[in-house]
Amino acid sequence: MRARVFVTLKPSVFDPQGTTVTEALHTLGYAAVKDVRQGKYFELEIDASNADEARKVAAEVSEQLLANPIIESYRVEVQ
Amino acid sequence: MKFAIVVFPGSNCDHDAYHAAKHVLGMDAEFVWHKETSLGGADVVVLPGGFAHGDYLRTGAIARFSPVMAAVKSFAAAAGPVIGICNGFQVLLEVGLLPGAMLRNRSLRFQCEHVFVRVEQTDTPFTAACRTGQVLRIPIAHGEGNYYAEPEVVERLEQNRQVVFRYTTATGEVTSEANPNGSANNIAGLCNDTRNVVGLMPHPERACELAVGSSDGLVLFESVVRSVSARGVVAHSR
Repeated sequence: MRARVFVTLKPSVFDPQGTTVTEALHTLGYAAVKDVRQGKYFELEIDASNADEARKVAAEVSEQLLANPIIESYRVEVQ
Repeated sequence: MKFAIVVFPGSNCDHDAYHAAKHVLGMDAEFVWHKETSLGGADVVVLPGGFAHGDYLRTGAIARFSPVMAAVKSFAAAAGPVIGICNGFQVLLEVGLLPGAMLRNRSLRFQCEHVFVRVEQTDTPFTAACRTGQVLRIPIAHGEGNYYAEPEVVERLEQNRQVVFRYTTATGEVTSEANPNGSANNIAGLCNDTRNVVGLMPHPERACELAVGSSDGLVLFESVVRSVSARGVVAHSR
């Protein structure tokens, strides 16, 4: 099964890259874009018999490696 | 006295650390490849700067799984002196030997320059020969040195006197301008709660001889030599 993992900095953590991208978009004239948060995206191919099992594995690997829980949070989607 | 310099694929300050220990201080020093499970009986462990495992995923994130890290953890648990410099500091954070994490520099630039850091604590093995408040001129070279921890954690670090180095002006004042990366409370270096594990972003090993512009970093290595000699063998790595 395929799981998608989205890792982003926690809302309380300043994102210098996202802020810079926001400023660049404003320079381009996209004043409507109020904020940008930059993150990471992973696609995991997981050998699992059902979606719950795949979700569990994806959450475990996110906790242990893909995200650093001190600064980042993650979201898992299973197809 | 023997220094173990851990070498990860992508370490690039390992030879500087080796040179400081071996040729400047005249101590024994040995490179320890990250696949090793033993630190070869060293008295001091150095995690050097560089880009361990290409800094893939996050700085220090993959180095955490290098076999040698189990030996580094048990050496640290036995009160052995461990110093993580720059990328080595990032590895110590990822492995959980020190609290917090690194964000991209506030400037988003790779900051490569000499900075001033003030020694805040002298009761660690790496600062025992310093004066409290001593200002050292040492180079930094990093893109991700913006130290972050939850405000309660930073508060606890301050209360426990675990902030060992702070970015300041040449006269030792803590200002925003003197902070090269946006680190919380101008933190440049920390120790753990048992004070034997120290991590810092600046590179003392690149400032051990006047020929390279500054010898202010040598005092960290002199400190650990003095500490280990004074206390006898604290922990012998295996």
